[in-house]
Amino acid sequence: MATAHKEPNYIGVFWWLLALTIIEIAVIYMPLAKLAIGILLVGLALSKASLVAMYFMHLRFERRTLALIALTPLLICVLLVFALLPDLSATPHQSAVASQVSTTPH
Amino acid sequence: MTQVATMHPSVEATESPLTPESWGKLGMWIFLIGDAMTFGTGIAAYGAIRYGSADWPVPSNVLGIPLTAFMTFLLICSSVTMVLSLSAIKRGDQRGLRNFLLLTILGGLIFLGCQAYEWNHLIFHRLPEKGFSFTGHLFATTFFVLTGFHGMHVTGGVIYLSCIVIQGVRGRYSAERYNPVEIAGLYWHFVDLVWILIFTFVYLL
Repeated sequence: MATAHKEPNYIGVFWWLLALTIIEIAVIYMPLAKLAIGILLVGLALSKASLVAMYFMHLRFERRTLALIALTPLLICVLLVFALLPDLSATPHQSAVASQVSTTPH
Repeated sequence: MTQVATMHPSVEATESPLTPESWGKLGMWIFLIGDAMTFGTGIAAYGAIRYGSADWPVPSNVLGIPLTAFMTFLLICSSVTMVLSLSAIKRGDQRGLRNFLLLTILGGLIFLGCQAYEWNHLIFHRLPEKGFSFTGHLFATTFFVLTGFHGMHVTGGVIYLSCIVIQGVRGRYSAERYNPVEIAGLYWHFVDLVWILIFTFVYLL
């Protein structure tokens, strides 16, 4: 039975979550490139989220299909970002042009 | 006879797919996956609006990181007390169940108190100071939509857990019957998980 699994070390997971949160806050004050900070933060957030899902929500001990289904919202939202990108890439240029136009006469 | 069947789900004729222990757990997972879509779409829309904006501020210059870091810590702690209350009732420890659940609820209430303080401070002091009024800039609007939607989930969670603790005091749960506690825990951990993402994408990034 799925419930017969050995109980995970919850306090250990807590220390991990705490350490990753402290690293996250430290990262934003580090003199790194914006892209590097972004990648680090997304990576840290996703690892914290998966720690919570795997150990606190016991996804690690459930059937694999349930874990795969639980992952679909993430996949769909990443696809959504890519679907929105073509519309968005036009906007910053437009606003940059608009601000240029409004500043040049002065 | 029926009681025996419910206490040992493995002998039920129609076992829940994916979650053999109970149908309730499957139901909660389906709800949470739908809810994750809502939050995910909200965060994706936030990213889209921010990427398309020319005058988006650096969030950590406007929002208070120390307070929200404390709020993150609080939710992580309340998630831990939630799993500890589940593991207490799995051992048949009624007092552990009640005390850890009450600590979890307390964590949720302090979180909401911090959020009320934060919103009040932002709306009346910080945002006007920085030139982003409550309704005047998408930075403020998206912030309040995302954190407000999450705060509503925490409020719902506090009510949900209060119902569970009342049932616990009435002795409804035992080492054989802990499934409702586990299902409530799934919801609470999900709220914690969403806050981890909101904290990163809205406050830090």
